[in-house]
Amino acid sequence: MAEQGVASVWRRIKAIYTIQGNMCKTCGSYYFPPRPVCPECRRKGKLELYTFKGLGTIYSYTVVRQAPEDFKRQMPYVIAQVELDEGTRLTAQIVNVDIENVEIGMRVRACFRKIKEFGQGGIIAYGYKFEPTMKVTGHKEKSSPKQKEP
Amino acid sequence: MVGIVGFGVYVPRYRIKTSDIAELWGEDGEKIGPGLGVFEKSVPGPDEDVATISVEAARNAIKMAKIDPLDIGAVYVGSESHPYAVKPTGTIVAEAVGCSYNMTCADFEFACKAGTAAMQAAMGLVASKMIKIGLAIGSDTAQGRPGDALEYSAAAGGAAYLIGQKNPLATIEETVSFTTDTPDFWRREGEDFPSHGARFTGEPAYFRHVGEGAKLLFAKTKTTVDDYDYFVFHMPNGKFPVAVGKQIGVPKEKLEDSLVVRQIGNTYSGSAMIGLARILDIAKPGSKIFMVAYGSGAGSDAFSITVEDAILESRGMVPTVDDYIQRKTYVNYATYAKYRRKIKALG
Repeated sequence: MAEQGVASVWRRIKAIYTIQGNMCKTCGSYYFPPRPVCPECRRKGKLELYTFKGLGTIYSYTVVRQAPEDFKRQMPYVIAQVELDEGTRLTAQIVNVDIENVEIGMRVRACFRKIKEFGQGGIIAYGYKFEPTMKVTGHKEKSSPKQKEP
Repeated sequence: MVGIVGFGVYVPRYRIKTSDIAELWGEDGEKIGPGLGVFEKSVPGPDEDVATISVEAARNAIKMAKIDPLDIGAVYVGSESHPYAVKPTGTIVAEAVGCSYNMTCADFEFACKAGTAAMQAAMGLVASKMIKIGLAIGSDTAQGRPGDALEYSAAAGGAAYLIGQKNPLATIEETVSFTTDTPDFWRREGEDFPSHGARFTGEPAYFRHVGEGAKLLFAKTKTTVDDYDYFVFHMPNGKFPVAVGKQIGVPKEKLEDSLVVRQIGNTYSGSAMIGLARILDIAKPGSKIFMVAYGSGAGSDAFSITVEDAILESRGMVPTVDDYIQRKTYVNYATYAKYRRKIKALG
């Protein structure tokens, strides 16, 4: 069973590592996962690959308390519909948060996590999950120890 | 001159107090923290490993450096807990940060100094103009056998450094290494947990190699302790770097700012590199930094670094070391055991 998942994971690596979808140059709609044709413009559509910025808000969510075998270690965990700033929505796990603090409208950013392991000897699938946006403080300026000396 | 054009760190959110670990094993919880100089350590989430930590750190570094990832010509990831025994972590990182396919990539392994060895390799490629920018990462999700002394300090975290020549935030003037065959700490193929030579890890291993590495660097750069504003040593615990600092004659205040080990534990390949990042987060342009990383087995990599003016513009763009240190949630030993796969029945 070790070879399980190889092709299906490999085919989606670009899309799930970096949230790469596409954007229609004709109507300005964004799609994830990438679509072969723009459902709005049909043959007039002009699709181009687009890497999403990875920022969005929680559109809706649920708490998983009965998980499949592979996810038992993570129970309970949050699965949400995340509305990306570009306009499209996707389903993802929300991590780095206590479940009681999750709310609709919460700002989230994409992070890189392990999604699934195909058994102990199989491949590991990585990809996006989302976490609450992190504050960036920057350190306060501090004089170096040498300069403190008289 | 070759230097650091961007850097980023990542420390998982979970922490366990060393006093909680001590109490489980019937030790005195009050004494263990001050004794080791480690009060809490970071614990990776169940879906975090060296690949995910490396990607997060690398993304921070690229954002700070404002470079095009397509300009990265080499990706080296140093760790002793690569998720695969065979299959590089570096390819996962390169794909996730959007590197070109026209680059070289490899995983490094030298206990806790694999990341600085990766930095040296990247410096060579940049200096010889074989590549424009090299990405060197030190990252680990260190394991300690339950009940072993290592369990109090073995932590998770990583740091990524972009090595280049254009507009560096800090220049690396010199680097030297001191390497011998010293079996102080090891993990055999297929073993879940590392073994160590207990007291042997001190004098003939850490203190000898860090001390000799420092001596070599002072000699090569014709400098003394007084020429440097900050010192960073590998931090297997809170005691060793302070003791080696004393041996070399480093004033306490020049070492204090780098001692991240007290709050996050020993992040192995990430240890000295996160300590350095914390200094780069606060140091003024013109400050000089002396760093010695140590890897069991054994060797040390010493670096002499000068902070440049460009560092001021890089601040406030990505989370700092302290931002990650302060973002924490405590877990108890049971949760820690579940997350770290110490409960074997769960698979």
